[in-house]
Amino acid sequence: MAPPVIEAIRLGRGFGSVRALGALDLVVRAGDSLAIFGPNGAGKTTLLKLLATVLAPTDGTLRLFGEPELRPELRRRIGMLGHGSFLYGDLTAAENLRFYAALFGVENAERRVAEMLAEVRLTAWRDRPVRTFSRGMEQRLALARAFLHAPDLLLLDEPFSGLDPQAVLHLQEILTRAHRQGKTIVLTTHDIESGLEVCDRAVILCGGRMVWHSGRSVPAPSEMVKIYQREVGESHVGADSR
Amino acid sequence: MLAILAKDLRIELRTREGVSSLAVLGLLVLLVFQFAFPERPTPEAAAAALWLAFVLAGTIGAQRTFLLERENACMHGLVTAPLDPAMIFVAKMLGNVVILTVLQFLVVPLTVVFFDVAPTSRLGWLAVVCFLGNVGFSAVTTLFAAISVRIRAREVMLPLLVLPLVSPLLIAAVQASARLLGDGSAAEVSVWIQVLAAFDVIFAAAGWLLFEYVVRE
Repeated sequence: MAPPVIEAIRLGRGFGSVRALGALDLVVRAGDSLAIFGPNGAGKTTLLKLLATVLAPTDGTLRLFGEPELRPELRRRIGMLGHGSFLYGDLTAAENLRFYAALFGVENAERRVAEMLAEVRLTAWRDRPVRTFSRGMEQRLALARAFLHAPDLLLLDEPFSGLDPQAVLHLQEILTRAHRQGKTIVLTTHDIESGLEVCDRAVILCGGRMVWHSGRSVPAPSEMVKIYQREVGESHVGADSR
Repeated sequence: MLAILAKDLRIELRTREGVSSLAVLGLLVLLVFQFAFPERPTPEAAAAALWLAFVLAGTIGAQRTFLLERENACMHGLVTAPLDPAMIFVAKMLGNVVILTVLQFLVVPLTVVFFDVAPTSRLGWLAVVCFLGNVGFSAVTTLFAAISVRIRAREVMLPLLVLPLVSPLLIAAVQASARLLGDGSAAEVSVWIQVLAAFDVIFAAAGWLLFEYVVRE
């Protein structure tokens, strides 16, 4: 049996005296798609940064693809979409993707760049500087950058934020297709409905701890909102679980 | 590594914000020194003006390299790529060396003209001193700019962190340049060139080894 894509044992991360994430146990297998819900400050972004190897854990063990050591080469198998787009405003859309293609050693880079621009419907804007893009266009290009090197594990931090309803549907299509192709997806979102549309597992983080997990099947969105209210508290629901 | 260097230079060529602002700053420093020594400019004054212009402009230039990566959290894009963080350091350092070399190509001839010094026979040695000074200074500022860019008071912190460390480099560079711009021989500057070379090796190695701990939060 293949090792889990993500295996976190008592994983924790502190920033000085603040515990952003504490003693988290999590196993994600190849082909799983996991939605992480939780209020602001729950530790969702910290968890994703740990999984992306941007942050080093202060406690516990993290194994990615069964590897005990987080080698740089392992990052070729990970695609990350963060709060920032990781895109250079003074470069064009195509130049940004070409740059990341070179960093990740993508073969046939020019063809792949064209494919990804078409996938996120930005072919007409390929030679425009990213600085001139709207928030939604930048988010779509950031998604193309995350998918560019065909990673096995996709880490998506608030992927639906800044997108109009049509773009949200398009993103859901892309992620559902990636899931069907066997990609492993871990995403954080406040958008319960969109998250459940894409994912077959869900967890709720609160105060840096996992307070609920779905097991192997997720509830309906209306049921999930009730669970969220129960686990996180009424005060967070209006602000966070839209 | 080359991809990062090429990307940085492409952005610099496109915006021309870095080199042009550094050149103006370098020119201003030379002019102020020229006004301060209008009668009898000495090689020592010329060397001091040359390296002061270089340090002021170079510190700002190094900071700019990382401000570029701060926008849209681009540094995370580099850190999540499958490459050794030391290669990011090398690329950033080389980018600074290239930009500061352009600055030196502008500032050194202006120093020669403004201060009426003629290092014709020792031009090659002066180029060696400038290059070694450039490499050592870029190594230190690249490492510390990566640290200071995450701090709110980064404009204050970078010079505070860097200037004490580059003192040996500045002493060696100014001493060597003063002799080469005056009547000194190449033999007189050999010890200073050795100091510069040793400084370059130590701080380039330190940057190579420590950069991972700087960028990995």
